[in-house]
Amino acid sequence: MTSATITLSEFQQPSRLTLLFRYLRRNISLVVGLFIILGLVAFTVIGFLTLDTKDAYPLSAKARQPPSLEYPFGTDFFGRDLYAAMVVGMWQTALIGVLAGAIGTFIGVVLGFTSAYFGGLIDGGIKGVCQVLTPIPVFLIQVVIAGSLDKRSVTIYTMALIVVLLSWMGPTLVIRSQVLSMKERQFVSVAKLSGLGDGGIIFGEMLPNLLPFIAAAFVGQVFSAVFASFYLAVVGLGPLREPLLGNTIWAAQTQGAFFNGWWWWPLAPAVAMVLILSSLALINMGLDELANPRVRRTE
Amino acid sequence: MSIKIILQRLAFLLIVIWSAATITFFIPRISTRNPIRERFGVLARSGGFSPQDMEQIVQSYNRKFGLDKPLIQQYWDYVSSLARGDLGVSLFKFPKTVAELIMEALPWTIGLLLVTTVLSFIIGNLLGAIAAWPHAPGWMRGVATPFVMLMGVPPVLLGVFLLFFVAFRMKIFPLGGAYSIGIVPSQTVEFYLDVLRHMLLPALALIFGQVGGWVLSMRGMGITIQGEDYVNFAEHKGLGAYTIFKDYYLRNAMLPQVTGFALALGSVITSGIIIEQLFALPGIGTALIDAIKFNDFLAIYGIVLFITIAVASLMVMVELLYPLIDPRIRKG
Repeated sequence: MTSATITLSEFQQPSRLTLLFRYLRRNISLVVGLFIILGLVAFTVIGFLTLDTKDAYPLSAKARQPPSLEYPFGTDFFGRDLYAAMVVGMWQTALIGVLAGAIGTFIGVVLGFTSAYFGGLIDGGIKGVCQVLTPIPVFLIQVVIAGSLDKRSVTIYTMALIVVLLSWMGPTLVIRSQVLSMKERQFVSVAKLSGLGDGGIIFGEMLPNLLPFIAAAFVGQVFSAVFASFYLAVVGLGPLREPLLGNTIWAAQTQGAFFNGWWWWPLAPAVAMVLILSSLALINMGLDELANPRVRRTE
Repeated sequence: MSIKIILQRLAFLLIVIWSAATITFFIPRISTRNPIRERFGVLARSGGFSPQDMEQIVQSYNRKFGLDKPLIQQYWDYVSSLARGDLGVSLFKFPKTVAELIMEALPWTIGLLLVTTVLSFIIGNLLGAIAAWPHAPGWMRGVATPFVMLMGVPPVLLGVFLLFFVAFRMKIFPLGGAYSIGIVPSQTVEFYLDVLRHMLLPALALIFGQVGGWVLSMRGMGITIQGEDYVNFAEHKGLGAYTIFKDYYLRNAMLPQVTGFALALGSVITSGIIIEQLFALPGIGTALIDAIKFNDFLAIYGIVLFITIAVASLMVMVELLYPLIDPRIRKG
């Protein structure tokens, strides 16, 4: 066997961009998910640039028109242009998702860190609350909260708050378990021995290493927030004035859209929702792999 | 499994139920809506009595339901009557009790959810096991793929598409309702067939929405188990492929799935509530949404608690039954 020697000049480290592309080629679900999301963002942005958002509200178009060149997705019973309703609804869904996702992840990171890093009574308390709340079907409680509010005070922002109120347990437990294992790692001991304070260790040493997990938890939170707000809206507990995707399906169903032959009305928001949810699920799977290479898919 | 663990789990169950009861008690009370005023407001507007009468009626109702007592007193009354198993009466559908309300709706929900959940569990696990089994023919492994692709799609959206394609375009199945209008519920074959015809689309939506998850997790388990020594050993002993599949491979891969089944119950009931709304079925989800529409908080408490108790106790039950299917735990 002859051994080949590689001199340093022959061996070229591929550029970061090449490396990124190589990684993405392996992580198909992340790529597909990102592509769909980009498509949806483009749809929304183009819509906002070319449309009057007032068309998404009642009495702005001829009612009950099937899809045509003028109204690509048709119009509904109340005279909304469903194309405009989709654009605004998509934006509102994204707003709820990102808001609730960010708040939920933030609470999760703070509680998870406090719980795992300080341990003892605090840990027991936080863990206990998470465990007791987990078996309760969260959707029921969200339904009760949303139903108790005065209809007029339900807005996009209250929706985000309702959704976040009972969804921080997941990220808390994930971050907690990660911090617990990271606490025992050597670089943390080194940092401690070199006299770094709690703040320095948490923000300087541990947080940067947890970023992939936090990102994955964030996408997971956005996913569940979009899911939960959609579910609330679909049973008629959303902000009724707004063209939120779930609201549109609910309105179509209560007006008997299929019975009356207005098939396009519930279909457009359903397709939009499928695209949003599947892209988020794909990104979530892709990020899981990025954060935790050990769960690489077995081919 | 010692008595101590069983008692621990039961105590945990009680804490879960008490938390759910407390949360659901206080939330509707923060609301500014008054269900009694709302109900009689409608009556008053449609003519009948003067505002003074209205005040009197509202006050006598408040006394009757104990709503004039301080909140803490009400909370105590509520918890103690709960402990006796009394869910109270519906504010809106008075004099119907909440228990009656639940009992009327329950058969629909149980029928739909039990059948679909168990079916999806069986189908999903079989498909997942086959998908990971190297000796299975290629076409059999391919069957699982479409289900996995549907995994991210909530059942309610599948329901909308099914309604569009099967009920609206092809006109094979009805667009909603639990039975045809004009048919009186009775214990006849025709009635049951009619119900079955109405239940098929919601059931399909629920099954398609759930199978993918089971396929994926079972496939992962199956792949792990293939590498195990006892599977290799069984193969070298010359056991038939079917025996290995059934007794060595499936039985071991199933164990974590059973835990998953208990955890899935919460999301099953959520999908069930929404599917009932979409297909206009008179189940417990519809009862809950109706109660919320009128802020009938006694009914809200009752239904939410009932579902929570059902889900949480099923979870604990599966956990306690676990040693029966996994003999290793019994010894430990």
